Amino acid sequence: MMCPKEKQGQERASQRVIVTVVGEDKVGIIAGVSGVLADYRVNILDISQTILQDFFTMIMIVDISQAAVDLQKLQCLLKEKGEEIGVQIKVQHEDIFKFMHRI
Amino acid sequence: MSRSLMPEEIMETIHMVQLENLDIRTITLGISLRDCAHSDIHVVARKIYDKITQKAEKLVQTGEDISREYGIPIINKRIAVTPISIVGEACESADYVVLAKAMEQAAREVGVNFIGGFSALVHKGFTKGDDRLLSSIAQGLAETERVCSSVNVATTKAGINMDAVYLMGKIIKETAELTKEADGLGCAKLVVFCNAPEDNPFMAGAFHGFGEPETVINVGVSGPGVVLHAVQEKPTADFGTLATIIKQTAFKITRMGELVGRETARRLHIPFGIVDLSLAPTPAVGDSVAAILEAMGLEKVGGHGTTAALALLNDAVKKGGAMASSYVGGLSGAFIPVSEDAGMIRAAEEGALCLDKLEAMTCVCSVGLDMIAVPGDTSAETIAAIIADEAAIGMINKKTTAVRIIPVPGKKVGEKVEFGGLLGTAPVMSLHSYSAEAFIQRGGRIPAPLLSLSN
Repeated sequence: MMCPKEKQGQERASQRVIVTVVGEDKVGIIAGVSGVLADYRVNILDISQTILQDFFTMIMIVDISQAAVDLQKLQCLLKEKGEEIGVQIKVQHEDIFKFMHRI
Repeated sequence: MSRSLMPEEIMETIHMVQLENLDIRTITLGISLRDCAHSDIHVVARKIYDKITQKAEKLVQTGEDISREYGIPIINKRIAVTPISIVGEACESADYVVLAKAMEQAAREVGVNFIGGFSALVHKGFTKGDDRLLSSIAQGLAETERVCSSVNVATTKAGINMDAVYLMGKIIKETAELTKEADGLGCAKLVVFCNAPEDNPFMAGAFHGFGEPETVINVGVSGPGVVLHAVQEKPTADFGTLATIIKQTAFKITRMGELVGRETARRLHIPFGIVDLSLAPTPAVGDSVAAILEAMGLEKVGGHGTTAALALLNDAVKKGGAMASSYVGGLSGAFIPVSEDAGMIRAAEEGALCLDKLEAMTCVCSVGLDMIAVPGDTSAETIAAIIADEAAIGMINKKTTAVRIIPVPGKKVGEKVEFGGLLGTAPVMSLHSYSAEAFIQRGGRIPAPLLSLSN
């Protein structure tokens, strides 16, 4: 299992995206982020929260296959939301993490 | 989801990019120009322009899309073409500067910052096209910004073409003179090789080799900052542990190259060639190969122990990287360009790093004497002698070596040259004052070496 893509032929099948939120802990972070996701029919598959190196860190695994937006648009929407609530939000395709940490 | 990603793993990847300068240094599109030959050089120039702009039309956009979607910077999108000495061979005209300009225009049109392949392979001798290309290099580099040139003057199987070595000494001097307003910047785009690889994605030495397909995607990764961070975390680990840490880190870095390379190839419907397992420094703080060597325990890069430390680093990078990619190629190893690495610059300025030690270092790592500024009054014969030494190391050790040297017009030892951007800042380094003129002027070829009885 060198690479998930090889099994799936030429097409990139996965529509899973990792949303990471890093910043100071405060009220309304999860509500703010999940509100945007719900508005655009992005399905949340998994959420974890932790404190890493003194920062509140939330990681969401979401599925955009049924979403009303594509990955690039979602990146813009969540970046704006992050600026509004004062946290840094990154939205990246899952493959970058799988490729680095799973073989 | 089976085998879920751990939060620590996700944050590790993000930290590598945000804090440790992990990036994809280059996606390089190789394009064959063999079908552009014609007796009229202006027809060739038009064909070159048309083919490059058509094949590379979506390269930059695709690179930017992938960079955004995965959240990993892709610093450069570049193009490598068939050596122009071959493409221009059938022309009646002898002035190939027209072809360099066609490459430049095409590069501008598609938005790439460098295009490599104003090149010739002359390790055994010169054809008509090779002669013409070599005599067009200085002017071609002076009249373009993005065109890069390389000349292979030696191989392990053919020996060293010393006529070509001498000629390159003269061409480097001429290129410096024609670009003297920019401190000899033309020479930063000119590489002299021994055992040049055909699939190298890195500039200035990239060209599209004869065994390559019509088009190909090659990727160069970079991550000295990530390796530095990993080495710094274990300041007293023994060498076995140290090598393992570097291997693991190199593996992760290279996986990024593999992913980006495959994805780019898939989207552009172009075959994926290779990942170049490189540690390519930049002048940015913390993105230095020299800093890794110093983190291993050397007071200053260039001191005794540097060659051993670099050998360990280079080998561990290759071992880790080779496991991470299905196809490995190019230059693959740690780069030690002086002007592009903050730690190398500092060591050279402080007198810790001299040219002789750099030459020794090139025996155990990728490439060779790279981005070295020397006094402007250095003779063509001395430059040729430096090239010959480096080619000899490559020839005997069956490895790629190269020389990218800038005799900076009007500058003396101890002065500094600012090239800007990724090319960085070069302190003018001192050379031996004894002449090799009579040796270089002999001419002919140094025969290929015996490959057994190796001592």
